[in-house]
Amino acid sequence: MDLAKNKTTLLISGAILGLIAVILAATGNPGNMAFCIACFIRDSAGAVKLHTTATVQYFRPEIAGMLLGAFLIAVVTREYRSTAGSSPMTRFILGFIMMVGALVFLGCPLRMIIRMAAGDLNAYVGLVGFVAGIGTGIVALKRGFSLGRSHETTAAAGAVLPVAWTFLFILSLAVPALFALSESGPGSMHAPMILSLAGGIIFGIVAQRIRMCTIGGIRDLILTKNTDLFAILAGFFVIMLIGNLALGKFTLGFSGQPIAHAQHIWNFLGLYAVGFAGVLAGGCPLRQIILAGQGSSDAAVTFVGMFVGAAFCHNFGLASAAASAEAAGGPSMAGKVALIIAIAVTFVIGFMPKKK
Amino acid sequence: MYEVDARGLSCPEPVMMTAEAIKNHGDDTIKVLVSEPHCYKNVEKYAQSQGRKAEVHEVGSEFEVIITK
Repeated sequence: MDLAKNKTTLLISGAILGLIAVILAATGNPGNMAFCIACFIRDSAGAVKLHTTATVQYFRPEIAGMLLGAFLIAVVTREYRSTAGSSPMTRFILGFIMMVGALVFLGCPLRMIIRMAAGDLNAYVGLVGFVAGIGTGIVALKRGFSLGRSHETTAAAGAVLPVAWTFLFILSLAVPALFALSESGPGSMHAPMILSLAGGIIFGIVAQRIRMCTIGGIRDLILTKNTDLFAILAGFFVIMLIGNLALGKFTLGFSGQPIAHAQHIWNFLGLYAVGFAGVLAGGCPLRQIILAGQGSSDAAVTFVGMFVGAAFCHNFGLASAAASAEAAGGPSMAGKVALIIAIAVTFVIGFMPKKK
Repeated sequence: MYEVDARGLSCPEPVMMTAEAIKNHGDDTIKVLVSEPHCYKNVEKYAQSQGRKAEVHEVGSEFEVIITK
């Protein structure tokens, strides 16, 4: 079935993905997090002890499921293409930058939508930054920015990340003592493994078929007035909103939101960096996972950039603290400095003069 | 025929190059070469949104989209 056929099927597909997020949140994933790509990559980095923040360590089955789902459906539909060679190290840096931005905001763009649907007004501030970042990226594209061409490479190369990640996931089940697992905090909150894995696989399959991308949705709206990818995000948002209202989890406001802070300028700048870097990298964190699953070694390098970036964020104290009854939360001084540098680097990458 | 080689380029570059070609060479038949399935679909959709006809051919592991008025 061609899920990308028209707006209705795209909207419904987005709603199905929203439903997966609602189910996973209801069965144990952290509040307003449900299905956050940045958070889950960060937790996975903690699980393999690339960082040692005790509250965010869990090898999330959702990430393994998405990579596997995208890989399998791409093979079945003959869309698997093993490609590589489009500025891999620049992509690594862009992945790293996306993670710095996401962890200052406290969530990737998918979690931004999840938080918006739960009434978290800080996420709307983030949205403004996200759109501004995407707009800046579009200006760079219009000035001729390109990471260059990828080329087809040996068929097995594109399968390295999905296979290696699946191996790590199986290892985390077979020998859990090798991995770190949070006893408190977000990392300790999770849906049953089998539900998370199944949710991840379905998410990966559907997202691959409909080319879901949080950045693409807004970028296409601005650039070509095409609403296809935006329709998916709308479907996802609406079903999450209905789910939150039905479960009594909708609270409108800036304060009292789960795992969030109300430092507006940093919420804005965090997602500004994600939007800007994501446009240059050709897709949001979620889309990078799907592209990596369908054989792109370049997207796989971007993913590794996010993975390593998440570890750096915690090892260097760049990730923001969530607001609590006692503290306002927000980014540390190191986090603020790192984010400013990250945005400056993105400008250099995006607006570097081209060779004629 | 005006040819656009967008093989191996990331989104949304193939669509931007197609838009440029339609703008500057709109009277010609335009052939857009892309390597990934999602790229040809994007190019096809864009051409149709501009009131053009788009025909897709699979060439080896790649695709060509022929855009006509």
